Amino acid sequence: MSATGIVAHLRERAATREAEAMETAYDGAYAIEARNMSVYYGAFRAVREVDLHIHPRKITALIGPSGCGKSTVLRAFNRMNDLIPSARVQGDVLFHGRNLYAPEVDPVEVRRRIGMVFQKPNPFPKSIYDNVLWGARINGYTGNAAELVERSLRAAALWDEVKDKLKQSGLSLSGGQQQRLCIARAIATRPEIILMDEPCSSLDPIATLKIEDLMRELVEDYTIIIVTHNMQQAARVSDYTAFFNMDEDRAGHLVEYDVTKTIFTTPKEQRTEDYVTGRFG
Amino acid sequence: MNAACAPPSGVDYRVKLGEEFEQNLSSRNRSASIWQLIFLAATIVCVVALLTLLIKIVNDAFGTVAYQNEIDPETLLRSVGASADTTLADLPKEALAEIFQANVSAGLFRRYNTEKPFEERTQEEVLALVNERVVQPKIVKTWGLFESLLNRGAIEAQTAAIPNATLEFRSWVSAEFLANPQSPEPETAGARTAIRGSLLAILVTFLVSFPIGVGAAIYLEEYAADNRLNRLIQANVNNLAGVPSIIYGMLGLAIFVRLLEPVTSGVAFGAVGGGETSQNGRTILSAALTLSLLVLPLIIINAQEAIRAVPRSLRQASFGLGATRWQTVWNHVLPYAIPGILTGTILAISRAVGETAPLIVIGASTFITVDPSGPFSKFTTLPIQIYQWTSRPQDEFRNLAAAAILVLLVLLLTLNAAAIIMRNRFSQRRVS
Repeated sequence: MSATGIVAHLRERAATREAEAMETAYDGAYAIEARNMSVYYGAFRAVREVDLHIHPRKITALIGPSGCGKSTVLRAFNRMNDLIPSARVQGDVLFHGRNLYAPEVDPVEVRRRIGMVFQKPNPFPKSIYDNVLWGARINGYTGNAAELVERSLRAAALWDEVKDKLKQSGLSLSGGQQQRLCIARAIATRPEIILMDEPCSSLDPIATLKIEDLMRELVEDYTIIIVTHNMQQAARVSDYTAFFNMDEDRAGHLVEYDVTKTIFTTPKEQRTEDYVTGRFG
Repeated sequence: MNAACAPPSGVDYRVKLGEEFEQNLSSRNRSASIWQLIFLAATIVCVVALLTLLIKIVNDAFGTVAYQNEIDPETLLRSVGASADTTLADLPKEALAEIFQANVSAGLFRRYNTEKPFEERTQEEVLALVNERVVQPKIVKTWGLFESLLNRGAIEAQTAAIPNATLEFRSWVSAEFLANPQSPEPETAGARTAIRGSLLAILVTFLVSFPIGVGAAIYLEEYAADNRLNRLIQANVNNLAGVPSIIYGMLGLAIFVRLLEPVTSGVAFGAVGGGETSQNGRTILSAALTLSLLVLPLIIINAQEAIRAVPRSLRQASFGLGATRWQTVWNHVLPYAIPGILTGTILAISRAVGETAPLIVIGASTFITVDPSGPFSKFTTLPIQIYQWTSRPQDEFRNLAAAAILVLLVLLLTLNAAAIIMRNRFSQRRVS
């Protein structure tokens, strides 16, 4: 076969695969889906061949020992890994039947539709009001600002605490309030999915419980994926749980994915059981 | 104390450390105090050096001077029949004009009269003319501040030997010094031209180097990929910050003064060669561009530091909401980094204020009496003026140089204070 023939053949195969993916990927069942996804940092493969489908309007927890790549997987869902120069994603992440990593997809659009809450509360050094509004504004929101701020803060269960001090700096709030402000900020851009990367790891138990209650409320309208180190938290709030572990070559991979109750009571894999019962990790 | 937390009585918790440890401890403490003394000595050396410099300058900038008049005011007063206990300042305008006419050549009087008839001149103007042209006070000898204060007797004895000399305490930094243009006479020479030249040059330097420097810093920090080319650029920027300033002077001479002469002389923009414009490339614009080259690496490095200090979490928060890179830089990175950027820029600019070598190379005027009027003017700056005055043989010019140094120091301290105030103002707003 000639060189041009090979290229044509490969193009054709890619096109067929694309078309197949378009047809089969989205049947309304999944909010987002990773297919054979590997993530590299330079030459180092951090995550190996993950297949994970996320159910809409459910909370999915990603658990596993430190360094197993669960945060990397989470960030791959809204292309935050793009910000790390050496990071590279192989395989497909399908969202509404489209591969997020297709060349024509703009990561800016992806991040607007798939919001993110980070490990450490990171409100902008602006007023509470502007914190909520900014993300919506830059994405072209031209509606009633005050109404959007109130709605978002109410949805994040923060309105009653801050309604009299909207002009104060977001940094003047307590840690738990700051984190809920970050959630309000994410909600204000009306995402479909909210990714949470250990959102409670820097909070005290009471603030943690508030965030967990909030997540149970938010899941009525949003799909939530949460990375957590805290297995009780995964058991308390999530509907589905994915357990990640790493190989000898330090590449993280998905060990088991199931309904949370199953993972914590009758897991299929021995390693999952060892982890959830606290025998390692 | 809570009883439960108290240590059980009768137990000795002290640990026996042994003789070896005790000896070792005292030798460790000894070497610690020796080092402390060394560091203290280093600090003292610095403070003494700075104080000496300051004392020397203050000593030169203030002090007693002996004047000698060409014609004694008393003689003049007698000539118009005024009593000896009045002064020239008490005389009416007409009497002063009479004195002036009597003591200068007819041609000179005619010239002044056609310039502006004496009837229209005020008493002060005529008095100044009489002082300048008739009395002509000359400084014949100067003494430093400390000598003036401590050794008054010796000064008076020396003055007695000079005929017609009067002693006066003179502050070389004065309103006249700031307001007068350069002059060959030390009595009336001022630093106005140099101050204006310096201010105009740093203003243009700031306008050129700030946007370019910050732009380059933003590109290098936020956009540039980590590849060989960009690392090479970065290494070059870092090295350029250490290049001696005279080399920038050579570069400025070759590029701005010679090659770009139509632009820097203003000819290309239709600037006409009048009194203060130079019709060649040795202009404020050339000086400012050369100084910009000099401070650009410093501004880039400082701005990069400031941008690098912006927490990553802030960028992530912005990107996570679907902001583009530019929205992130403009709305979050720059506001957070701006105090650091401004501080770094002002410190870099204040280095440019004190630069002499590159400006001498590109041809700053060392003697000029007209104020610079724009970017295409020929110019001098404070350091150049100081350099020129210190190289004159007469003592009085050294006093002028000291005064100019004080002005320059005040200018630099003002800039640095502005940097500190700005940093504090902005960082207060940022902290929760």
